[in-house]
Amino acid sequence: MTMPSAVRRKGWSRKQKRLAVIVGLGVVLAIAAALVLTALRDQIVFFYSPSEIQSRGVEPGHPIRLGGLVKDGTWVRAGQDNTFVVTDGGTEITARYSGILPDLFREGQGVVAEGSVGPDGIFTATNVLAKHDENYVPKEVVEALKAQGEWRPEGTAQ
Amino acid sequence: MSIELGHFALILACAIALASSIGGLTLWRSGERLASVLAQSAILQFVLVAVAFLAVVQAFATSDFSLALAANNSHSLKPLIFKISGVWGNHEGSLLLWILILVLFGALVAAFGRRLPADLLNLVLGTQSLLVVAFGGFTLFTSNPFARLAQPPIEGADLNPILQDIGLAIHPPLLYAGYVGFSICFSFAIAALISGRIDQAWARWVRPWTMLSWIFLTLGIAMGSYWAYYELGWGGWWFWDPVENASFMPWLAGTALLHSALVMEKRNALKIWTIFLSIITFSLSLLGTFLVRSGILTSVHTFASDPTRGLVILAILAVLIGGAFLLFALRASALRQGGLFAPISREGALILNNLFLATAVGAILVGTLYPLVLDALIGTTISVGAPFFDLTFGALMAPLLLVLPFGPLLPWKRADMVAAGQRLIGAAGLAIFLTILVSALGGVSISLAPLGLLLGFWVTFGAFAELIERGKIGRIPVRESLRRLAGLPRSIWSTAIGHMGLGLTVLGIVSVTAWETELVTTLNPGETTQLAGYSLAFDDFSQIPGPNYMADTGHFTLTAPGGGTTNLEAERRTYVASGMPTTEAAIATFGLSQFYLQLGEPLDNTHVVRIWHKPYILLIWLGAIVMAGAGVLSLTDRRLRVGAPQRATKHVMEPAE
Repeated sequence: MTMPSAVRRKGWSRKQKRLAVIVGLGVVLAIAAALVLTALRDQIVFFYSPSEIQSRGVEPGHPIRLGGLVKDGTWVRAGQDNTFVVTDGGTEITARYSGILPDLFREGQGVVAEGSVGPDGIFTATNVLAKHDENYVPKEVVEALKAQGEWRPEGTAQ
Repeated sequence: MSIELGHFALILACAIALASSIGGLTLWRSGERLASVLAQSAILQFVLVAVAFLAVVQAFATSDFSLALAANNSHSLKPLIFKISGVWGNHEGSLLLWILILVLFGALVAAFGRRLPADLLNLVLGTQSLLVVAFGGFTLFTSNPFARLAQPPIEGADLNPILQDIGLAIHPPLLYAGYVGFSICFSFAIAALISGRIDQAWARWVRPWTMLSWIFLTLGIAMGSYWAYYELGWGGWWFWDPVENASFMPWLAGTALLHSALVMEKRNALKIWTIFLSIITFSLSLLGTFLVRSGILTSVHTFASDPTRGLVILAILAVLIGGAFLLFALRASALRQGGLFAPISREGALILNNLFLATAVGAILVGTLYPLVLDALIGTTISVGAPFFDLTFGALMAPLLLVLPFGPLLPWKRADMVAAGQRLIGAAGLAIFLTILVSALGGVSISLAPLGLLLGFWVTFGAFAELIERGKIGRIPVRESLRRLAGLPRSIWSTAIGHMGLGLTVLGIVSVTAWETELVTTLNPGETTQLAGYSLAFDDFSQIPGPNYMADTGHFTLTAPGGGTTNLEAERRTYVASGMPTTEAAIATFGLSQFYLQLGEPLDNTHVVRIWHKPYILLIWLGAIVMAGAGVLSLTDRRLRVGAPQRATKHVMEPAE
């Protein structure tokens, strides 16, 4: 009777092997799922229009995306430092960005900026998203403008 | 006239494909006679679609603006190469290119598949024709590239200037060849499910097609990444944009498929999983091409979107993908499993590879679709950006890279980790030594940088362990070792080179992420600035007209730490037809590192420049090219070549006269 147990100790039975594989798969999938859920909780960035920032209040320093129109006559450049006002027709917020703005950044046009609101209420952008087409207005901006009744379809937006 | 001819040719191709798909999928048991008809039909479809495609190319090349597509997307001043590549720089034309490659692959199967069992060939060509009907029909009914204008304009509206680049001539055809190539794996999977027959010969058939598509997709993604890097002028090479994810997911799934088909071919195991992966990979390719087109996801790649088109695309995808999975659910149990193995074995390692790759696909899919779902369900607009993907993808890839070098060293069926580990001691030691050295010299800017470096070096050097083992390097005379190495099967070489390529890419990514330096400053002609030991002098600013644009050009002289100087020209272009501005970054290459310069819009004669030093960035794309090269090498291996074993038996059977 010692023979079979010795054999068994050397190799796993089919059932044990299958169980080991399934447990292994399960562990990896569970870790991956936990990872994805944690990342979804912590790493996603919410989109705000200027009105929403005012009404809901955004924690200073918390990364967000800000979208709206660049208000006419507010873009000021001093060397690499840019200041402009983002508006959704109702509320305005001043934004700062240091660097080269995308080619199609224009006053009166839609813009999406990533960054955070400072304690002084000024939005500091770490990245201003480039548009690839002069007719393209980010979907989020269109919706924010529609919510404010400020959305004018193509052609009338000038 | 030729436009109408092209239109007619496409309609005819679709009609023939319809007949083929009905014939192939219903009468597949009728054997050789049907097979030869279907093969001819596949070749005819290719010829007809090629005629249709050439008709559009001709209209673009000759600036025939009576073709609405040309009027909207071309311009007579454009250089010829951009006129031709402009054909697929829009929704309709890119669909036409997609279908052209689809029928090309169908014709290739017909041409090279003469030795396939007739039943299988019938089913494969039938399924392939069904895809032609679906997407050809979609093109004809919702996105007709042949529409004419009653009053042609004198001049075209021009192509988006960002697309007026050699990248557009190369990137989409490569990428599409990759996406569409997986349709062959899909058709083979459907054929196996319908016929209920699947064996090692099936895997031997599918693997070269998977490899071919994977090579194209690898090069296509790498090319797209480099294009975005130099053209968009943000200095980034990967943005986790939905479209990039959409191309990356089939690549990951295709990589998994390559490895699982290997298990099936050698050990007759993992059959159901391989079939499943074949379907998944092509489904993700379809998602990659069309989800973006449907206008649901906003992205830099979105062409003009029309809501009806989006619905039709979603319906086609739902029917094709849903149908395939329904078939899978009904028929998968009919496939017999085989090939037992211990958890620690070559098979086990390849399963682990598949597990991590498939999980990574899942994580990226969640991140890409989550904003859509959230928007639809509770109306909150969010974006899932790079931090999410870096975290989840990075965490899933790290263990995969850690175990990767063990895989090729483990024998099939049952293996000994300790024995494999002993052969990797050299690679591990070298990786640890270099990581410590580089971290000490370069400084640790990100806490994870040493870990990334370690994994990169480990994979790169670990890839050679099998070659060293097989060549008995160091244990026998050098000449004898070289002779042994030269005699090794090419599959062993391609495995080693492919894995090394991955290691190089990892090293490039880690290096750029951890040690990139950047500076934004104002600079006027005559002034000089410093970055990473380089000295940049702004020499001159001038306005130079191009063929169809005006360029504000800044001339710079860059002095390397070693003393060599390079002249750089960074431009801001304004295109005449559209009035659209673009930035042309200047890039100087020093070995594998690059210096990247972007010129801002001038204001009161002052200029803003943004400069980056990107150490070893070229490794990222070099690694991809090495991986693709390894794939090409593997395709030339006679052992894996299509039908090789069958030919051998045929020769035996033939009379010896």
